[in-house]
Amino acid sequence: MSEMPALAMYALRLGDDALVLSHRLGEWISVAPAIEEDIALGNIGLDLIGQARALLTYAGEVEGAGRTEDDLAYLRGERDYLNVQLVEVPNGDFGATIARQLVFSTYQLELYERLQGSADPTLAGVAGKAVKEVAYHREHAALWVLRLGDGTEESHRRMQTGLDTMWPYVAELFEGDEVDRSLSTERIAVDPAGLRDPWWSSVSSVLAEATLDEPAPRWRARGGRRGIHTESLGFLLAEMQHLHRSHPGASW
Amino acid sequence: MPADPASNGTTDGRETNDPASTDPASTDQDRLQMHAEGGHGAVPTAGVPIHEPGGPARDWPLWEVFVRARRGLSHSHVGSLHAPDATMALRNARDVYTRRQEGVSLWVVPAGMITASSPDEKDSFFDPAADKVYRHPTFYDVPEGVDHL
Repeated sequence: MSEMPALAMYALRLGDDALVLSHRLGEWISVAPAIEEDIALGNIGLDLIGQARALLTYAGEVEGAGRTEDDLAYLRGERDYLNVQLVEVPNGDFGATIARQLVFSTYQLELYERLQGSADPTLAGVAGKAVKEVAYHREHAALWVLRLGDGTEESHRRMQTGLDTMWPYVAELFEGDEVDRSLSTERIAVDPAGLRDPWWSSVSSVLAEATLDEPAPRWRARGGRRGIHTESLGFLLAEMQHLHRSHPGASW
Repeated sequence: MPADPASNGTTDGRETNDPASTDPASTDQDRLQMHAEGGHGAVPTAGVPIHEPGGPARDWPLWEVFVRARRGLSHSHVGSLHAPDATMALRNARDVYTRRQEGVSLWVVPAGMITASSPDEKDSFFDPAADKVYRHPTFYDVPEGVDHL
């Protein structure tokens, strides 16, 4: 993995975020609180799969070793997955899922808005298409956070618990490394460190209106971008990759 | 691709059976109330949970969805859905009914706000129009080349 060009690694990181979260959102289909929400979360997941396909395909092209989007999605183990740990955390209840949606879609919105101006035309193109999608994802999450946070005593409690569950994974989103820094000096990538302030000003206004508190976690996740993951990613990948690995080349 | 439970145009498969619907205390007035429930035209809605103003509703209210397919056409009824309020109803309608580029504009209307004709009145409402062919503009010669009259 260390031999991968920085640009391929950057595309893979963003693509893995989208791919893993799309799988988590797909887990809600048939069990969301209402059928309308099944469809909404499934739709968001499908948007993310679209982003993942473009980014993984591009990562494979830049790497130049002949790996396709399917090779990258289905034939890598968890240590080769470069997503942030936030997206692999199990769904929890609807409040926890919505908390993650607010955190992650706001991050993606800030990221893609800037990545549209990338010097790399493929990344700029992917970002330009995705920015409209994630603006909707963010809107969906914000509407729910307001309703649950400023709803009943029980919905407020569970929304706050959901935020508390996801918050230890927030810091990792904004932790840039050498890959981000070198590519952002070339104006190809967006340095995630610079996204934290705009992200917080957007998220904090939603939390305030929803009468929710900013959690103060006592630990923080790190390492996803280097292939260090929680236990749950392995289970997720086992389910996602099972069919492709059992029947190589299967299609329908 | 997940199986698509909404492709039959209605999402009321999860309606709960409200015991009030068989409550003998319901008045005849309630029973005769007709609404455009569930996208199926006029059906009795006594005891069926639709929009309940005030009080915590156990179920989300029902909304009827209208989509304008493209500029210049009017909004057409496409089905119904449940949502806690108007804003969410519009979001849900976008996800349920327009994700395959079906439209450029959406309306959602609380189902309880629609007054519908009753099946019992079908004869007096609609039959008188059946034998009046002169109301159709079919007695004119259409000039050649006029396609969209």
